[in-house]
Amino acid sequence: MSFDVNEYYSKLNGGDVLMAFKGNISSELISNVLEVVESRLDDYNENSKIRKKLYNVLVESLQNLYHHIEVLPEEMHGEFGSKFGILVISRESGQYKISTGNFINMSKVDVLKNKIDKINSMEKEELKDMYKFILNHQRLSEKGGGGLGLVDIARKTGNKLDYTFEKYNDTYYFFNLDVFIDFGQ
Amino acid sequence: MEALSIEGTAKTPSVKFNGQDGVIEIKGRSIPENSIEFYKPLVEWLEEYSSNPLDLTQVNVQLEYFNTSSSKCILDVFKKLEAIHKGKNEVIINWYYEEDDEDMLEAGEDYESIIRVPFKMIEIVE
Repeated sequence: MSFDVNEYYSKLNGGDVLMAFKGNISSELISNVLEVVESRLDDYNENSKIRKKLYNVLVESLQNLYHHIEVLPEEMHGEFGSKFGILVISRESGQYKISTGNFINMSKVDVLKNKIDKINSMEKEELKDMYKFILNHQRLSEKGGGGLGLVDIARKTGNKLDYTFEKYNDTYYFFNLDVFIDFGQ
Repeated sequence: MEALSIEGTAKTPSVKFNGQDGVIEIKGRSIPENSIEFYKPLVEWLEEYSSNPLDLTQVNVQLEYFNTSSSKCILDVFKKLEAIHKGKNEVIINWYYEEDDEDMLEAGEDYESIIRVPFKMIEIVE
């Protein structure tokens, strides 16, 4: 049975939600989301340290989506459009959660999974070294992606990256990534 | 040489590169999806400046946010400055961060450990 994207989205979009979106991920959308979230954090009177961390991690999460999103085949456009992604930002016990979701070609699942597992296995200092190595040795892609987004997120949050890959059809999996930012008491 | 001056936007910083007094300033937010285009004129300006730099070049970097796409381009800017410093002209990079922003301080320290130019970490206290 194929993964139900809409059900997954509805499930995420409950509780204390700051922002929820599903649809086409564009540069304009990213600008709008950032603007809305900034004003919501003002409403919450969130302290500037947490606010900055959340904002930074949100920028990387959204731009990861933007850089890596699959252009879907026409038969999926009716339901999803061409550059489909999901974003839900919520607040639960002591943490903000940024959930993103997107389709990924089956052939890329292993590479991404290995990358995340590797990041999750690293301590703070190792992450710092990895970040600096990639920064200094890897060139930006044509779209401006640097291969640093996930490492940066792991470093800034200090938490493990939570993920699942759900089979959608013979070509695509749906990739869900949950990122947690502690705000303590 | 002509100064380089760019107004800031919601996703890109304001830039003031002045070849007359050797003061170079990047300020604001740097979070474009693709930073290559934005930083290209900055790197080109420094390329030209480096052929005949002042005895002292002062660099002020005061960023509120920057993304990982920008982090590589900022490194490219610093590498140009490193070349000037290597050529026996003084360069100092002032890296500003807000008092509670440990991530920004750490980002400055990352650069300091990669680039052979003196850095000064300056805390902005409100």
